Amino acid sequence: MKIGFLILGIVVMALATLTGCSTVQPWERGTLSDYTMRSDRDPGTDSFREHVYFTREAAAGGRGVGGGGCGCN
Amino acid sequence: MNTSFGIKWVGILLLGTATAWSGWNTGTALPDLFTFKLEGTIPSLSGKVVLVDFWASWCGPCKASFPALDSLQKDYGTRGLVILAVNQDKTGEAMKTFLAEHPVTFTALRDPENKLVATADVASMPSSYLVDRTGKIRFLHRGFHGEKTMEQYRKEIEILLQEKVGGSK
Repeated sequence: MKIGFLILGIVVMALATLTGCSTVQPWERGTLSDYTMRSDRDPGTDSFREHVYFTREAAAGGRGVGGGGCGCN
Repeated sequence: MNTSFGIKWVGILLLGTATAWSGWNTGTALPDLFTFKLEGTIPSLSGKVVLVDFWASWCGPCKASFPALDSLQKDYGTRGLVILAVNQDKTGEAMKTFLAEHPVTFTALRDPENKLVATADVASMPSSYLVDRTGKIRFLHRGFHGEKTMEQYRKEIEILLQEKVGGSK
């Protein structure tokens, strides 16, 4: 019975580590915080996207969140 | 019997998880920085008040904090404050370029394998830790919020500098 619990424990730990998710730590966010990762880096493209969004959704805005997930402040 | 055995397993798992989440906290001792293979020369920290700051060149608030930290070093350096800015850039070149553009008088080190920052387990960049003369972490700061953070720094540094210690670290 003890072996059963041991196997169960191993399976639980394996499942916990093999979920395929990984956390990007705050100190690893250099690439994410790069300017090229911003969706609003090009005003022309931004304006075009906003126009398409408005014509299709009859709504505008809601894009005020900037940054690339740097976790700074 | 089986139930208690199961509870033990759950306990072990929870303990493991808690250990994995633990980082530097107030009241704990600053680890020996010489064991982390940091690039740069670590000055003598014996009996000093130490501010360990984790930063990177890509982090905007870190950039904003540099002139402020430099002013702290200039104001309190002679009284026993040592600022160690530990860089987390992927390349040493990025750090060098940043320091050339933003020269400072405090010590900048590099943590090439992110080992030190991993033990600190910082929640955001920049994060800084104020260590008293005995080597114990006393205050921690997440982010840099301009004058508000500076006020806190000055208040806390004053407290730590005024504490007298008989022995050395």
